[in-house]
Amino acid sequence: MFHNSGKLLFFLGKADRLRITVWLFSLTVITIAVPLAFGNLYPTQAERDVMAQTLSNPALTAMVGPVNFETYTIGTMTAHEMVLLTALVVGLMNILFVNRHTRVEEEEGLLELVRSLPTGKGANMMAVFLHILFINLLLVLLISVGLGVLGIESMGWNGSMLYGMVLGGSGIFFAGITAISAQLADNARTSFGIAFAVLMIAYLVRAVGDVSAETLSWFSPLHLSSQAEVYGANHWWTILPLFGVGILLFAVAGYMASLRDLDAGLLRSRAGKTTASSFLGTPTGLALRLQRTGIISWGIAMLLLGASYGSILGDLETFFEGNEILQQMLAGESSASFTEQFLSLLIVVIALIATIPALMSMLKLYKEEKSHRVDLLYAHPLSRFQFFASHLSIAAVQGLVMFLLAFAGLWMAGVAVMTEPFSFLTIVGAGMAYYPALLVMVGVTVLLIGFFPEKSGWVWAYLLYAFIVLYFGGLFEFPEWMEYLSPFGYVPELPNEDMTWLPLILLSMVALVMVTIGFRGYKRRDLQG
Amino acid sequence: MTILQTENLSKHFGKVKALKSVSMDVREGEVFGFIGPNGSGKSTTIRILLGMLSPTGGEATVFGMDAKNQAVDIHKRIAYVPGEVNLWPNLTGGEVIDLLMSFHGVKNEGRKKELIRDFQFDPSKKCRAYSKGNRQKVALIAALAIEPDLYIFDEPTSGLDPLMERTFQKYVKDARAEGKSVLLSSHILSEVEQLCDRVGIIRDGEIIETGSLTDLRHLTRTNLYVETSHTLENLEQWEGVHAVEQEEAGWSFQVDTEKMDTVMAELSTFGIRKIESAPPTLEDLFMRHYEGSGGGEE
Repeated sequence: MFHNSGKLLFFLGKADRLRITVWLFSLTVITIAVPLAFGNLYPTQAERDVMAQTLSNPALTAMVGPVNFETYTIGTMTAHEMVLLTALVVGLMNILFVNRHTRVEEEEGLLELVRSLPTGKGANMMAVFLHILFINLLLVLLISVGLGVLGIESMGWNGSMLYGMVLGGSGIFFAGITAISAQLADNARTSFGIAFAVLMIAYLVRAVGDVSAETLSWFSPLHLSSQAEVYGANHWWTILPLFGVGILLFAVAGYMASLRDLDAGLLRSRAGKTTASSFLGTPTGLALRLQRTGIISWGIAMLLLGASYGSILGDLETFFEGNEILQQMLAGESSASFTEQFLSLLIVVIALIATIPALMSMLKLYKEEKSHRVDLLYAHPLSRFQFFASHLSIAAVQGLVMFLLAFAGLWMAGVAVMTEPFSFLTIVGAGMAYYPALLVMVGVTVLLIGFFPEKSGWVWAYLLYAFIVLYFGGLFEFPEWMEYLSPFGYVPELPNEDMTWLPLILLSMVALVMVTIGFRGYKRRDLQG
Repeated sequence: MTILQTENLSKHFGKVKALKSVSMDVREGEVFGFIGPNGSGKSTTIRILLGMLSPTGGEATVFGMDAKNQAVDIHKRIAYVPGEVNLWPNLTGGEVIDLLMSFHGVKNEGRKKELIRDFQFDPSKKCRAYSKGNRQKVALIAALAIEPDLYIFDEPTSGLDPLMERTFQKYVKDARAEGKSVLLSSHILSEVEQLCDRVGIIRDGEIIETGSLTDLRHLTRTNLYVETSHTLENLEQWEGVHAVEQEEAGWSFQVDTEKMDTVMAELSTFGIRKIESAPPTLEDLFMRHYEGSGGGEE
């Protein structure tokens, strides 16, 4: 039944070696970097206590888990802020790996090839299981040893080992879930969708549970990573259900695989619509429909992002007074309060992040071209202007909506935690001041699509540049002109600075000129294909 | 009346000369076969005609309008099926057909249903689940349901099975009967032979031959097989006779069409017992043009 599993396993390892390296390397580096950074940022217990105070609010609990430790050492701080989120990422990694070697390969016909060779019927599932077990154990080893050798006082070997095992256990658990979903669905996308939905629900269930009713959290496997209390009580039993259930799920998946035909799923995929709504028959309708899921997800993410930032506005004054590095980040000679200065920084960061979905929508214009799908469209009486304008307007309107959602979230959370909250207009007004800068970024994207379509991805590098300069500008003392190389640098930093309209008007005009020129290029040039 | 015309069309991609000089025309009510191997410039020519590429030199007009600048007006009257159909993975086939039709403002439900039935197409699946042939059916059904004045097909049947190929041919014949014009690019010669009134042969970005199939057959040879009562001698030295091969009971060879008369007269003196002739296929015609570009045959 498992004949030749070993050879298959060898091939899986070979095919994945780069992917495994990148994933494990990134996860390990980030995990090790965090306690080191915390050590620098919050060297004294007093500073960490203030931090603990600031972080113990519902929004953050929902994000990273409950505060369940007595002293906020570097160790417990790292565990509190990192274990759950890393487990989430490890879960995603496992879903991708397992889905690739089950459904994706089945869809591509690779499994058919393997089955035609002298391999056992269960060989593939066995090979995938051993492969994924190997990846997760390697991760455990890297993380545990990596954290252990740091030699930080509050991070002993016992806790470091548990840290790694909790991540590995969560990985195996979600690998098992994916092995099952791959048997249920009859295509790779649905299979990924089911597994990913389980991961997200697990995260949300414990978020709600941690904030309001703790019993609810126990329905989520991710709760175990908080419950392990790494570097605190070190509950080793938590890894048993993770590994146990994960392995059990694989066994069940193997059995399910033997029940079904190749290329079939245990769930019949339901028939889709045979006709289109009239909305779909317009360029804008089509573009919106194609981006629907993305836009909705970004909208929710923006609201949550705003709210989570807003939730820390409460105790900021005390927090900043004790921390020089954070004060330096604000680089404030200004007379405004720390909270106001910090708010200005938050707003620019949110604005930069909320720019991403608008740029993605604009880039979709080129993505559709590159995937040859516009060939079919442009053969119809559809002008380049119509198709272009529909993408541009989606990008512009989406930018506005994302800004509103993020800043409304920021304001609402602020109201909840502050004694004297900022007014809605202060926050949303300050945020909206960045809208012309977003339009310039869209303009840059249009220029690239119009003249250097293959290079249109460079706009991300430009956005990253803006982020680094504006976020770390004060900390690293970059020269001022570096800020002015990005459109965001011209925007008055409300409420910290005074409002000036001129730069905003100029930015809007620059955006308009860029879009006009970029469109001329797009209209004239050859479509790629 | 000329529906579609290109004159000395050239297109360079950097240093690569995809098209050197393409001149051709499609007349009203005819099916024009555009044949040539992969990479010879068929799709590039079509993409210029659709206004997706600008020519480096020369002119392309459809319905007397400039292919690039008046693309939208032209496209109101044409339908196009690309060789490689890429669809949106998360829309269903039915949705895409409706979507494409609605860009033309066409409803035509009856004809759409008929086409879906004739092509045995399941419109309820997501496009990601369709095979190449089924994706091609999506584009074909939408194009045929639009009923435009001019169809442009770029190797439309490369993913279809023979049965569906016949369905496609039936629809093309119907379209011609209704006076529609068709530009059909293909490297499947039997298809072109079945459907086309005239053909243009393209090689390395140049049209090397245009004309009706009958015209082009003048340039070709007829395949003959004969058995005679007297022994044939020195056959290979006769004027107009080529590729002589002795078989078990007779000879097979090719005869230049213009020398047919003299060869037949000479043959009859040997007492013909059996004669078989086969008309030149497009394949022969094609092969002659492709027998090495340096060959002395042309």
